[in-house]
Amino acid sequence: MKKLLSIIMVMAIAASFIYAGGAQEVAPADEDMKLVLLVKSLGNGFFEAVADGGQEAAGELGNVESIYQGPSSSTAEGQIEIIETLIAQKVDGIAISANDRDALIPVAKKAMKAGIKVISFDSGIASGGRIVDLAPSDEELIGRQQIELIAELCDYKGQVAVVSATSQATNQNAWIEWMKEEIKEPAYKDMELVEVVYGDDASDKSYREAVGLMEKYPELAGIISPTTIGILASAKAIEDEGKKGQVQLTGLGLPSEMKQYIENGTCQQMALWNPVDLGYTSTYILYALATGAVEGNPGDVIDCGRMGDVVIGEDGISIMGTPFVFTAENIAKYAEIF
Amino acid sequence: MAEKKRELVSGSRLVDENSLKERLIVIFTKWEVILAVLIVFEFILFSNLSPYFLDYFNLMNSTFTFMEKAIMALPMIFIIMSGDIDISIASIIALCSFSMGFASSHEIGAAGIVIIGLLAGLSAGMVNGFLVTSFKMPAIAVTLATQSIFRGISQAILEDQAYTKYPEKFAYFGQGYLGETLIPFELVLFLVLAAIMGFVLHKTQYGRKLYAIGNSKEAARFSGVKVDRARFINFTLMGLFCGISAVLLTSRIGSTRPNIALGWDMEVITLVVLGGVSITGGKGNLFGVLMAIFLLGYLKFGMGLINLSAKVMIITTGLLLIIAVLLPGFLDTVKARRKLRRQQKESGMVEV
Repeated sequence: MKKLLSIIMVMAIAASFIYAGGAQEVAPADEDMKLVLLVKSLGNGFFEAVADGGQEAAGELGNVESIYQGPSSSTAEGQIEIIETLIAQKVDGIAISANDRDALIPVAKKAMKAGIKVISFDSGIASGGRIVDLAPSDEELIGRQQIELIAELCDYKGQVAVVSATSQATNQNAWIEWMKEEIKEPAYKDMELVEVVYGDDASDKSYREAVGLMEKYPELAGIISPTTIGILASAKAIEDEGKKGQVQLTGLGLPSEMKQYIENGTCQQMALWNPVDLGYTSTYILYALATGAVEGNPGDVIDCGRMGDVVIGEDGISIMGTPFVFTAENIAKYAEIF
Repeated sequence: MAEKKRELVSGSRLVDENSLKERLIVIFTKWEVILAVLIVFEFILFSNLSPYFLDYFNLMNSTFTFMEKAIMALPMIFIIMSGDIDISIASIIALCSFSMGFASSHEIGAAGIVIIGLLAGLSAGMVNGFLVTSFKMPAIAVTLATQSIFRGISQAILEDQAYTKYPEKFAYFGQGYLGETLIPFELVLFLVLAAIMGFVLHKTQYGRKLYAIGNSKEAARFSGVKVDRARFINFTLMGLFCGISAVLLTSRIGSTRPNIALGWDMEVITLVVLGGVSITGGKGNLFGVLMAIFLLGYLKFGMGLINLSAKVMIITTGLLLIIAVLLPGFLDTVKARRKLRRQQKESGMVEV
């Protein structure tokens, strides 16, 4: 019986090989360029928006098929499995938001050796595992923009203060340094950055610090909170203290969390990188690399449609641009995404 | 005993009578044969859907992504066969990988790293085995606890850091090919290990003991089987094989992070159950698991090739699992009914 079993199996497998062999010849050559957006995991609104950006870019570029892929849970192993299949189907480019900056290097190298252009965005792969790493923004652009936003809200005059994360937070400290640079510009001569307080990225502490600021500076015109937890707590503090309209608020916030405060005017505008733009720009960069328009060397300039030019920097690190500004007009749409 | 003998005799006579049709029914209601047919179907399907599926390099290369889990499935057959379970295996990988990273950061060479990884796995397995057999605790409770402990050790020390420096030679185990061929080293190692474990399970006294333990621990104990010793050996083997897997995986991704191999415990158990090994023990064989490994591995690969989302993959696996669990019972009832009807018919004929 075992013999019969194995004979049937061997025959069946052989048949499938012959059958498939014939099918392979008639398979049409795919003309479209396949550019993949490989995200940390599926079922995350942020990344669904990245996929929308990829589709938008593909539509503008014409002969591009934008493929959206991701593992079911956020693991490097899951992403590696997907990259192996992408190598097998000989796609033209992969943009990755990496679950692990190191673990993806060997397989990414394998992909590049097979002629596939690999870049990372949002969450980078360490140097050697990608050609370009697209950062949503940089310290200088973020810091300077925060001052511009608050100045617009309080008519370029008055005292402003910052509710930051922890006093050791590398990101926030770098941004605040650039805020201090920007406010020295002549346009802000009537403005003063009076104090930086630290809410430690805890809701209750951020809230108390914001209340403390308003008590200490009765003439306070604005609060900048470049952290998602801080801006939310500050918005609540301003409303609770009855200072809405008197103390303006801006910062970096999540649209879904900040929607009510943006719509009711407590925080009329805030910034954050926009996932749609990330997917859009990544696809443009992959296209430029895959068509051979640029090699990906430092100094190369890539035309990224509505996002303007992106310059490849040292070690492949490239900056997409100033963060996206959310206002009452566009907040509803993005609040559904992230 | 005498009854059983008579049943066998009458059974074989029936097969003779109904010849080919009956024999085909017997074969095609075997779960591993159904799996084999599914593999053939899968190959036909995907080679029609994607021109890249039936490609020698791709078929070989894609095994990289499931060989480590396949290796872990082998001793898991032993464990599930004897009515136990081990849900700490992914954490053992983390512990092994952490030990190797630690060794590597102290300038130990490739061979030393491998030995340390294997030893870490072996000892973790022995801890599981010791706890399960000495304190008479259910395996699921013990391994649930060690699941947290084994991974916790690497989490506590590494936090959000990673070991990323491994010697160049070390990369061979998880990225290398056999000589000048396109056959991955991981695949060869798996096939060798599968042959050894298959031999132990199906051709040695030890294997037969496992079936006996799985059917009834008490009965096995009364008939002189050293149940706890066998279970201890199973868990130790599981640990050792996790060590082997950890060497391959760490080498393949060239780095160690505390969340390495997260979720693999369930994936490995899935392979074994889908392979037809009864989750309550005592039933199944290695061939079925072998089929399940390649069925799922190539299913994932094929779905990836046509860019199906991972969600579809999860649902498909879930459906297959339900079938795998339900079908054997269903087939048994059908078979029993057929037999009963036939026996009735036979006895009726005798009476006439």
